[in-house]
Amino acid sequence: MRIDADREVCTSAGMCALTDPGRFDQAEADGRVVVLDAEVPEGDPAALAAAERCPSGAITLR
Amino acid sequence: MSETEEPPFGMPYRRETRYDPPAALLELQDRPLRRIRYHPDGVEGWLATGHAESRRILADPRFVMGERFLHSPTDLPHVFVSISERVPPGFFLFFDPPEHTRLRRKVTGVFTVKRMKELEPRIADIVDGCIAGLRAAGPGADLVREFALPVPSLVICEMLGVPYADRDAFQRDSADMLDLARSVEDRNKSMAELYGYLAALVPAKRDHPGDDMLSALAADDDLHDTEAAGIALILLVAGHETTANMLGLGTFALLEHPGQLARLRAEPGLVPTAVEELLRYLTVPHNGVMRIAKEDVAIDDDVIRAGEHVTVVLQTANRDPERYERPSELDLGRDAHGHLAFGHGLHQCVGQQLARVEMRIAFAKLFAAFPDLRLAVPSEDIPMRVEMNVYGVHTLPVEW
Repeated sequence: MRIDADREVCTSAGMCALTDPGRFDQAEADGRVVVLDAEVPEGDPAALAAAERCPSGAITLR
Repeated sequence: MSETEEPPFGMPYRRETRYDPPAALLELQDRPLRRIRYHPDGVEGWLATGHAESRRILADPRFVMGERFLHSPTDLPHVFVSISERVPPGFFLFFDPPEHTRLRRKVTGVFTVKRMKELEPRIADIVDGCIAGLRAAGPGADLVREFALPVPSLVICEMLGVPYADRDAFQRDSADMLDLARSVEDRNKSMAELYGYLAALVPAKRDHPGDDMLSALAADDDLHDTEAAGIALILLVAGHETTANMLGLGTFALLEHPGQLARLRAEPGLVPTAVEELLRYLTVPHNGVMRIAKEDVAIDDDVIRAGEHVTVVLQTANRDPERYERPSELDLGRDAHGHLAFGHGLHQCVGQQLARVEMRIAFAKLFAAFPDLRLAVPSEDIPMRVEMNVYGVHTLPVEW
């Protein structure tokens, strides 16, 4: 799977960075999502949880 | 419910117990999205009490804050109805994109997971100081006054650059503004006073900047001073009221669930999970959040029409048996993630990572410092914040 993060939709809640800190960070200036590692194994639970907990629907896995 | 049945008038809000949503409100979960009639005029709108439905509505940008809310789900002077007439500039909580986005992004860089991690030692110092204060006040002291309120107030004052010495005035104005038993006029007056206080601080911060958020907002060329003050108003009020009530009510709930508290004491690693479960179980923003449909929106078999009001009840969404097993049980070991205590969608709490860190440190240190903490009065004598916009306890006398 590949992580796709929409920085326009992102509301900087930080749920992704809290849930899967190895793959997600937040920009210093405005806290918007930064993907550190976009390639994830199929069905990876941490990445799935990060996408599910994102309040703005900015994170999709495809 | 058949199509022809008259929708119920209003949303039940009177609780029978301290921790649970009103029974009549939970009963409405048999139809998790339903029509109700709104106060004061009986106009029909919607009430979402289920987790999936609430999440879906809050995440959908077709549900907006709009110009203002004209109807309320309760006969209390609801915060959104009463305040939206005079929303100050910059108060982005009530704004829609693109204004909401522009204003919110002025502060989101300060509340990242990383920045909150860096703040942990300072928050730990503040918590230690408040524990010393509670101990000095002696057995019988009010935990709200000595601990639950000062911890987040000190933290947000320091972050914003608001003098803590002014706390008597801003804590009173903030509490009055959120007191649903007061008239709309009185509450608007309290909000205007607090806004005026912050508006006066903005130019002073520009002249004598410090290493704080208010100084950064005051120096931002893209922000009018009136907007900087409005942003500060959200952060100051939301920054201390919500966490303070989670600390007060959370401590009460843990003291009343000794088995759960013993588990937390025995297993300090459980604290982050416990905090999420307390957020779910207690859901202090207990009056629901409102939106207006910008266009017709189909939710499963229902169509919410353009212009209709929708109230999303976070406290019942967090007790939805479709989402959580044994939802009315406090279980500190459960995975409560996905709860809606911070809301959902683009308005989800901007300070939630700060709140998490504050609660983790405060609960861990409080119960470590007082191994025999207990109520100093019978539990039924604890006054509950039933008619406040943020639920909690007014006072919590404790001894040790």
